[in-house]
Amino acid sequence: MKIFNTPNYDFIRWRWHAIVISSVVILAGLGVIVQRGLPLGIDFSGGTIVVIKFADEVSEDQIRNAVEVIPGEKVVQQYGDLDDHEILVRLPQMEATEEGANLSQGADQIVEAIQGAGLPDFEVISTEIVGPVIGADLQRKGIYATLASIIGITLYIAFRFRPSFALGAIAATFHDILVTLTFLTFFGYELSLNVVAALLTITGYSVNDTIVIFDRVRENLRGRRRDSLEHIVNTSVNQTLSRTVITAGTTFLAVASLFFFGGEVLRGFAFTMLVGIVSGTYSTIFIAAAIAIILSKRRRSTAAPASSASSSRVAQKAGRVQTS
Amino acid sequence: MTLRTKFLIIAGVMSLSIWSFYPPGEKIKLGLDLKGGVHLVLQVHTDDALRIETERTVERLRETLVEGGLEVGSLSVTSSTEFLVEGVQPAQDQAFRQAASDDSEAVFNRSSGAGNYTYSMKPNIANQLREEAVTQALQTIERRVNELGVAEPIVAKHGSDNQILVQLPGVSEVARAKEIIRSTAQLELKLVEQGPFYSRDAALQAVGGEIPGEMELVSGSEDVSATGGGVPSTLYYFVGRVAGITGRDLRTARPTLDEMNQPAVSFSLNQDGARRFGQLTGANVGRQLAIIIDDRVFSAPTVEGRITDEGRITGSFTQQEAQDLSLVLRSGALPASLTYLEERTIGPSLGAASIRAGVTASLGGLLLVVLFLLFYYKLTGINAVTSIVMNLIILLGLMAYLGATLTLPGIAGFILTIGMGVDSNVLIFERIKEELSTAKGVKSAVSAGFDRVWWTIVDTHVASLIAAMFLFQFGTGPIRGFATTLTIGLLANVFTAVFVSRAMFELVLSRRRTALSI
Repeated sequence: MKIFNTPNYDFIRWRWHAIVISSVVILAGLGVIVQRGLPLGIDFSGGTIVVIKFADEVSEDQIRNAVEVIPGEKVVQQYGDLDDHEILVRLPQMEATEEGANLSQGADQIVEAIQGAGLPDFEVISTEIVGPVIGADLQRKGIYATLASIIGITLYIAFRFRPSFALGAIAATFHDILVTLTFLTFFGYELSLNVVAALLTITGYSVNDTIVIFDRVRENLRGRRRDSLEHIVNTSVNQTLSRTVITAGTTFLAVASLFFFGGEVLRGFAFTMLVGIVSGTYSTIFIAAAIAIILSKRRRSTAAPASSASSSRVAQKAGRVQTS
Repeated sequence: MTLRTKFLIIAGVMSLSIWSFYPPGEKIKLGLDLKGGVHLVLQVHTDDALRIETERTVERLRETLVEGGLEVGSLSVTSSTEFLVEGVQPAQDQAFRQAASDDSEAVFNRSSGAGNYTYSMKPNIANQLREEAVTQALQTIERRVNELGVAEPIVAKHGSDNQILVQLPGVSEVARAKEIIRSTAQLELKLVEQGPFYSRDAALQAVGGEIPGEMELVSGSEDVSATGGGVPSTLYYFVGRVAGITGRDLRTARPTLDEMNQPAVSFSLNQDGARRFGQLTGANVGRQLAIIIDDRVFSAPTVEGRITDEGRITGSFTQQEAQDLSLVLRSGALPASLTYLEERTIGPSLGAASIRAGVTASLGGLLLVVLFLLFYYKLTGINAVTSIVMNLIILLGLMAYLGATLTLPGIAGFILTIGMGVDSNVLIFERIKEELSTAKGVKSAVSAGFDRVWWTIVDTHVASLIAAMFLFQFGTGPIRGFATTLTIGLLANVFTAVFVSRAMFELVLSRRRTALSI
């Protein structure tokens, strides 16, 4: 059984269109992020989250009224399935946390307020309190880890393939991270530790896909030095198309299971992965290869202005890199 | 390598893995997010430890000056690492410097200006003291946590900024645990010089407005109710700066009852402490001795005779408080105060729900993938399914063997491992299909398929490992669990997708097949 019978789509022809579409999505996302700010979860912004399980049904409004007395901007929302009767209450980082002050003050206030409101019996099933020091620390570490892993992967690809390919892969990875951030913001998911973990996993995944195609390009360059780079890349994308689609499909299935059955804690993680898989597959086909080609050409045109025989030269050059 | 050897290796790896993680309930270590408990990050205020060292040096110098008959204008601690000496008489300058350097040379640098000297702590000494303070705090917390009877706690340095991580699985009385961990528990026994006074102002008036250099003013505790036996916060005492006995002299402390049958804490001193306590009490019969914990007077009994090794702290304790106070006294004082920076409590019911959800999601994901593979690759799909299942078994086995912690994101790591397993298999199978279409014969197609994608698999795995490595460095508990699972899964995948899968192909082909169900 085959999904594609000897596919021969002209993906490379669409590269500029793809770049334009992606740019529009990313710019729109950046616009929203600049306007509303990146929705940071308490892991990064600091603050208090208390999840309370009630013995009976309660409405968000009842809870909202109950915690009205606590100063600051509160978030009250349903947590998990409706019939679990679980409610999440979030408080922002308190401004006046003077040295040595009680970190758990906010959480205590929430519990007290709800106790006094005459609601059904309840149990606090989780409390998360992140102070400003830790939040800032995690922010720094998160950015550092993301950038460091991208740089690490770029260096590896540059070492195994060639610099222009590395830049293509990295462009695709940035593309995926930005697209995913756009979707996260749009669908109201907060950036938590788990979501950042998922973003890092996507960098790995996205590059994975790209490497498979680049490996094939490298192999094909060896055999057909006469063809243009565009042609070779396009053939390679087509040859690996079944694999790209099947892998993306099955991984998507597995992560979808996580999204639907994995529980509330992992919902953001799973959502990030779902978007990342789709974006990663798209960027592998349309963005990574396209940028690799564009960059290869630019280098060629600066290196050798008379460009009639240059595509074969690029191929030869690649062949050399290859065999070394 | 013969096919037989290959299958022996596979069987060996499988049985080792299963033996290693079976039964999973006991062998797989669960993270806090799955079994419930509390995760705390504390800041050690190491400045406190430096201030203590500075104050100690100043006291020593003060005594030396008195002994040597040297007079100075004033001697004061200006910051945690600095003290200032003012008004040294020119005639005594030489002698002062000599005396001061004996007391402080090892730790402080001196800078001078016309009869005044500033002493500041040497930076390397300060760093060393900070590190010691963190280590000592860590050990003290460890002792306390152990006394609390928590199973498998984690107490470790965290980050680079004098922080300590404490993880207490299964603890439900979070507030109490937090209080016990952070109470400084600095016990001091000091002679009362003057007092009690009923207000701070009254006390100051009694000494002419300024606290004498060798004394300090301490009050009772806010926690003590007015009716109880303890010293309330409205009572003030002047006590000597130097403590006769401190927490370091304690041998042990335990809860007990006083004459009124109220909970109290009795302590006994070590040999050296007992000797000094004997001298102190023997020489001061009739005077009051203040029992001070963390700069609060708990009680100030009158010394009725020479006491050597036993003492009792009374106050209006509840039984629980007496028990907790003896615990923290027994485990020793913290060298510096602590504050909480982060607190995450996961109830056991949420943990159990997370496990259920995680397992459901994993099995659901696995089922979907298996169905797809069998549908799309037919009999060869069995190949892929086998290698994926084996991958998961090795993953569990290695995790149990390495003592790695399984967290909720770690379960997500299992699901992604399934994804990676599928990827490698699909990569190989698609390649075999391609090779088959160029009509080379089944055997050479299979072998070409595996050979050609080998480097692709290496490259993709290395790239993912790089990401996992930084993830491990970045994250705390749960995220580390994810990075660990992912890393082990990736490594196991190279074995199962390439070695196991190939052996299975070879087994099928050894039966002289000419076609492949793929």
